[in-house]
Amino acid sequence: MDERKIRVIVAKPGLDGHDRGAKVVARALRDAGMEIIYTGLRQTPEQIVATAIQEDADAIGLSILSGAHEHYFREVIELLKKRGAEDIIVFGGGVIPDDDVPVLKQMGVKAVFGPGTPTPKVIEWLQEAVQERRAKEHV
Amino acid sequence: MFKEEELEKISEARLKHEEEVKKTVQKYPERKSTFTTGGGVPVERLYTPENIKDLDYTEDLGFPGDYPYTRGVQPTMYRGRFWTMRQYAGYASAEESNERYKYLLQQGQTGLSVAFDLPTQIGYDSDHPMAQGEVGKVGVAIDSLEDMEILFDGIPLDKVSTSMTINAPASILLAMYIAVGEKQNVPADKLSGTIQNDILKEYIARGTYIFPPKPSMRLITDIFEFCSKHVPKWNTISISGYHIREAGSTAVQEVAFTLADGIAYVEAAVKKGLDPNVFGRRLSFFFNSHNDFLEEIAKFRAARRLWAKIMRERFGVTNADAQKLRFHTQTAGCTLTAQQPENNIIRVTIQALAAVLGGTQSLHTNSFDEALALPTEESVRIALRTQQIIAYESGVTSTVDPLAGSYYLEWLTNEIERRAQEYIDKIDEMGGMLVAIEKGYVQQQIQDSAYAYQRAIEKGEQIVVGVNKFQIEEKGTSRKILRVDPSMAEKQITRLKALKESRDNVKVKEALEEIRKAAKDESANIMPKILEAVKVYATLGEICDVLREEFGEYRESIIL
Repeated sequence: MDERKIRVIVAKPGLDGHDRGAKVVARALRDAGMEIIYTGLRQTPEQIVATAIQEDADAIGLSILSGAHEHYFREVIELLKKRGAEDIIVFGGGVIPDDDVPVLKQMGVKAVFGPGTPTPKVIEWLQEAVQERRAKEHV
Repeated sequence: MFKEEELEKISEARLKHEEEVKKTVQKYPERKSTFTTGGGVPVERLYTPENIKDLDYTEDLGFPGDYPYTRGVQPTMYRGRFWTMRQYAGYASAEESNERYKYLLQQGQTGLSVAFDLPTQIGYDSDHPMAQGEVGKVGVAIDSLEDMEILFDGIPLDKVSTSMTINAPASILLAMYIAVGEKQNVPADKLSGTIQNDILKEYIARGTYIFPPKPSMRLITDIFEFCSKHVPKWNTISISGYHIREAGSTAVQEVAFTLADGIAYVEAAVKKGLDPNVFGRRLSFFFNSHNDFLEEIAKFRAARRLWAKIMRERFGVTNADAQKLRFHTQTAGCTLTAQQPENNIIRVTIQALAAVLGGTQSLHTNSFDEALALPTEESVRIALRTQQIIAYESGVTSTVDPLAGSYYLEWLTNEIERRAQEYIDKIDEMGGMLVAIEKGYVQQQIQDSAYAYQRAIEKGEQIVVGVNKFQIEEKGTSRKILRVDPSMAEKQITRLKALKESRDNVKVKEALEEIRKAAKDESANIMPKILEAVKVYATLGEICDVLREEFGEYRESIIL
């Protein structure tokens, strides 16, 4: 198994200021032994993707509660593709209606965690997803 | 409140009682070894007069409408008139929002509360690149006076009071409201309402800041001064604990940080030469009503008493109205669950009842579906009905502050005040709230509480019904949720473009330069210049751009 620490960008795209969830998740991931880069508020998709590439991140977690999730996930995923970094795992959370999840998944969002998700669930999922990603790297 | 002799008698009897209870507990242990409030204040099995033996009725409680206002800010409270039922709403376009406001007024709502979209709150016009994807999403998009005219079309501004959740660009929206009033022939001194205008909690918890603290404080005190003279019925600020609590703080921290913010505003205004006896009358507050029913009631009472003391003792305020903490309440959004959302109706009811028993002046009840999406018309109606049932059916409104004198409630009121005062002392020692925010102290305290709460849920120490206990299998419900029409942003941008072509652009340019001059001159009041600019249809984004150039922009200090 790959022993490198999992590196995750936790980001707040756009203008939404609700950062409680993002910070709680970031802290839980950090306590689970991952390396977390929390971007702070008002990040553009460009900034988020640039940070992810620069930091050699395994995953990007986006937190959006303003209803603008479709826009920001799409932008981030397209930018990753453009920069040849589509192997970076994109996941997210916030106030995201169930009905929107299939659209996001189709775009390439790997998981969406709604309100009330216990942080261990995010941690476990991320550990597995990153292992899978790294396994592919070595093939 | 109790005679020495009486207390001794109670003490003796209590010891005997406790001996008996010990036996019972040995046989039938209690559910937990320690009990605490939602905010972590330890709670005893039983409270007696001993717990409040130092309480002095006239000094610590007094009568409603009298210092220190523990029992309420008016002598008759809800016997005179109910609180203002004020649902926060704003839907994409000014036209739709206008329709919704008219609907809510028809349904018996008594005040308006405007939700703006994020670009408006952060000072971007709808066509700004940063606004992409966000136009009309969490509220109405306002770019210019034109949008504001549509928003209040057919709503007589001398008959309603309007609360606007707007902070960094509060001066601009207030100016637009005054301008709409003028067009309706309603003079500024007849307008009533509130602007949130509380930038400190934006740095702490809510995130819609634009400018750095110093010029932001100046914009705020300019509003205090301008309104004292021209818009005397306007609440110039709504000092908000709501978002601090939503970000994860405890009840005690909510009181402490909100009042510490209040202290910072009063200090800034006094420094500017304003009289706290005058502007102090127009300060209002905004609190959260969370799950722990009795703790919340105690919190409201404690906040009122503590603020009255701060105004009188710290700032030498003698005007009674300027000592009164008047507040709006919103039930706690963060307690709403996406799981079994109907349960939220019950949560909201309990929280709303706490706000009423705590003596709120106005109330927003959340809709049960808000953890899923923006609320629908039906869910908003249930939320409003919840208030109406409390007001008209529950009977709690028939007498003032009915829970006063409860040993536990009075003890807890004292305890919350004491603990909040400790925080305020600590912030004073650090050099005040601006320093405490800069150092990240306040943010850190709140985040620690938020994280501790999350851990408690995950360990099962804190039960959330339907989330970590009593779960059911829920189908991916396709429930009716509100969606924002994606063509709305385009329409808004088209309207903005047309406006920029049809207005007198020379006048706009001149007006913007006047704002720039006033921004450079700290002794000037910027408010009249903003009023002139909005009247010639300078846009919110244009005005904020000038201010960004002059004041710079705030960068958050990231605390994790």
